[in-house]
Amino acid sequence: MNDPVEIWSYLSRAPLWWLSCTLLVYMGSDSLAARLGRPALANPVLIAVCAMSAILWTTGTPYADYFDGAQFIHFLLGPATVALAVPLHSNLAAIRRLAAPILAALLVGSAVAAISAVLLAQAVGLPENVVISISPKSTTAPVAIAISEALGGLPSLTAVLVILTGIIGAITVTPLMNLLRIRDWRARGFAVGVAAHGIGTARAFQVNETAGAFAGIAMALNALMTSLLVPIIVSWLLG
Amino acid sequence: MLAPVAILFVFQLVGEVIARSFSLPVPGPVIGLALLALTFTARPAVKQRVEPVSRVILSHLSLLFVPAGVGVIASIDTLSENWGALTLVLLVSTVIALAATVATFLLVLRWTGNGHE
Repeated sequence: MNDPVEIWSYLSRAPLWWLSCTLLVYMGSDSLAARLGRPALANPVLIAVCAMSAILWTTGTPYADYFDGAQFIHFLLGPATVALAVPLHSNLAAIRRLAAPILAALLVGSAVAAISAVLLAQAVGLPENVVISISPKSTTAPVAIAISEALGGLPSLTAVLVILTGIIGAITVTPLMNLLRIRDWRARGFAVGVAAHGIGTARAFQVNETAGAFAGIAMALNALMTSLLVPIIVSWLLG
Repeated sequence: MLAPVAILFVFQLVGEVIARSFSLPVPGPVIGLALLALTFTARPAVKQRVEPVSRVILSHLSLLFVPAGVGVIASIDTLSENWGALTLVLLVSTVIALAATVATFLLVLRWTGNGHE
């Protein structure tokens, strides 16, 4: 029998270890959320991230070592976005029929997400580069990072703020919509896709398939809308 | 199983190539999404092949955000100085954006006289 410390030091640097660990931790988090009846606060992303971070912290593993393995899961975000073509296509008739509310809600939602973030960040006295970094927070990470970089923000901070926004949106959407007594799944899904990109979309798919499809549409459209609107909003509010 | 996965990868690849070639502000996967939806209209058989794999991936979409989410904890230093203010801003702004989007959607839906699901 070899020394377990040696085996550990080999495995902890091999991709397979952290890849398996991420999968198992997520499966555990998801079944925990399911057993609790999927309440908003028991978000599987949030539980898995906290549990995984605790494991990394306990074992003293740097994030870069972890990401060597976890990148294979991270990589699937691209194909998953392409896979949204299926629900998008299935709802094409509904989208065409609802073109007016979809475009209006996209324009208003995207603008409100950015303007409110910039104004609030200024109001609490955050420095200018942080205000810029927060402005594209509601869109999907690759777009937000590119925008932040182009406008003079901090891309790594933007990446963090985008993920946090997604988790906040996924947690708040159900109680907020119930409070506002909104029962239209198309409207609920569309709102969370605009405000909280893919993490919100993941939540929507867990609650209702129609909501998921509309969230996916909103997320894709908002990638385009945010890259058009945010540079204008930032130069207008910070110029 | 293999063909639908290849379809998703190739459409992403084509999207990335288009996005880079014309330096578009839209990410490659979003362009791939649009192209695949267009392909479904032209060739309905392609959709039938991709559908099962798409359903599996989208029902576990949450999993794919875990590695990036762990990165949030890893970069806690960037946040530590302002984390209270940042969380407050994100929370309030996200709730306002959700409410504004849903309100606009439903108002315009009513104006255009199409309230039925």
